[in-house]
Amino acid sequence: MLSIKNLHARVEAAEILKGLTLDLPAGEVHAIMGPNGAGKSTLSYVLTGRQGYEVTDGTATLDGEDLLSLEANERAARGVFLSFQYPLEIPGVPAMTFLRTAMNAQRKARDEPEISATDFLKRAREVAGQLKMDFDMLKRPLNVGFSGGEKKRMEIFQMAMLSPRLLILDETDSGLDIDALKIVADGVNALRSPDRAMLVITHYQRLLDYIRPDKVHVLAAGRIAATGGPELAHELERDGYDKYARAA
Amino acid sequence: MTLSLALEARDLSYLPSRRDEDWRWTDLRGLIRELPAPSPEVTTDMSPGPFGDEGQAELLVVNGRVRGDASLLSVGEGEARVVRLRFVSATAETSHRVKLDVNLAPGAQLTLLESYEGQAPDYLADAALSVRLEAGARLERIVLAGDHAEGVSVSITTVSLAPDAELSQTVLTDGARRQRLETRVEHPGQAAVVRMDGAYLVADRRHADLTTAVNHAGTDGTTDQLVKGVVADQGRGVFQGRITVSPGADRTDARMGHHALLLSDRAEVNAKPELLIFADDVACAHGNTVGALDEDALFYAQQRGIPEAEARAMLTEAFIGEVIDRIVHDGAREVARAWAAERRVG
Repeated sequence: MLSIKNLHARVEAAEILKGLTLDLPAGEVHAIMGPNGAGKSTLSYVLTGRQGYEVTDGTATLDGEDLLSLEANERAARGVFLSFQYPLEIPGVPAMTFLRTAMNAQRKARDEPEISATDFLKRAREVAGQLKMDFDMLKRPLNVGFSGGEKKRMEIFQMAMLSPRLLILDETDSGLDIDALKIVADGVNALRSPDRAMLVITHYQRLLDYIRPDKVHVLAAGRIAATGGPELAHELERDGYDKYARAA
Repeated sequence: MTLSLALEARDLSYLPSRRDEDWRWTDLRGLIRELPAPSPEVTTDMSPGPFGDEGQAELLVVNGRVRGDASLLSVGEGEARVVRLRFVSATAETSHRVKLDVNLAPGAQLTLLESYEGQAPDYLADAALSVRLEAGARLERIVLAGDHAEGVSVSITTVSLAPDAELSQTVLTDGARRQRLETRVEHPGQAAVVRMDGAYLVADRRHADLTTAVNHAGTDGTTDQLVKGVVADQGRGVFQGRITVSPGADRTDARMGHHALLLSDRAEVNAKPELLIFADDVACAHGNTVGALDEDALFYAQQRGIPEAEARAMLTEAFIGEVIDRIVHDGAREVARAWAAERRVG
């Protein structure tokens, strides 16, 4: 599904990604682990098209289509979703309004009809129930005054509503207590399916006890330094990233 | 120095200029080289104003002449009404001024839906409102200034409040060639409450000036102010907010916020927030920010599938929405919301 080849990218003058290659087939969940500054967040922003991240070499394709030439919103319409490490607060825009605008913009880009207000509400109630969210939270301005855990839950809520194909979770466990982590992980696991792929970016192994990856990649100094099964995450938890940081 | 004086005396030298501290960003003398002729009387029917048929009554002022019964603006003890007050400038290259009194008896309530409507270019208009609220009276004033891009307009309102009275005001404008909307409040403290909000959405080469001055003279008064602006193109927004807490006006609670977004390199905002505190035991705060649209929020919206232009418009509208949400009158709030949506300058 997602194929990244020899990706080089820089932010201002600094080269952050230095030849990253990764294949993520449909139906699989891959974890990206790495020390701070390895380029984990940069990878998520390059894949989703944030301004200021310049790709200098390499390719990234989604089902064969070049992702890098598309605008951020076009990538979203093709099913790329990033769950932010620090979800933004949008004062003045109720969560429901924001999400319905996003959903309809995506549908429009795909030449699909808009979702009706009734269908949208029905679906929102279902999904909010699954995530044990207070439905009234969705009427409040998006993420404004929400706790860290509520913001992450709101990310998963949006993800479930938008039903993307490629899910990128950037440090989704940060700021979550164990109960919130379980709820969020359940929400993510419910989205696992043969036609979806997930990239789970995390610094710690803890999240991977709840979202079991098929593969674990170690990202160090801008490229994939090692790839293994879930056991690699435990090894990293035990031994740290020193070995890979040195090798890089 | 006022426009009103200049029009009365037909003498340009009375116009406020940049040498007047309170007018330095809204210079009239440098702008106006010649006073236009006095406006003619216009008797034709007027189509509905921006507030449509909200409220029970309408007072129309066309080219500075009051049509109808100005006593609509005097509300008796215990009475409540909603009145549209429309200032229409109907004739190009003319000038006019008008003065009106608004009086609320004890316990009276008035919702004033005030509009400035520029129907022709190159007018010079001055409006003065003198407002008196007796004990326990409540006034909500919503001003929608829709001047012509080539009009020059000054509106100055002075308000005096009795104890326990409440003034809530929201001034919305998209500017004019030059425009000043000023409110001065004598605040007695003593549980009187003032809310002084405003929003300016200024594009092209328009100019909008929101100036306010609140003087707390007694103890236990509250003033809460939130003004927001969005300026695009070569537009210019001016905010001057002064809250004075006089000696002895203890336990005053005064909050002022002014926040503006600049959407182009040539847009300009001049802000002068002032808290002048001469009492000891007060709770006062002010915040003033001028900046660009939050790029992080913009990317967040785009990542969810919203195209950039739509995301920009959504974020600027939401920014202004915080002011509009505070309007109490339901109908006026919806009119204001539609007004902001139509003027998406993002």
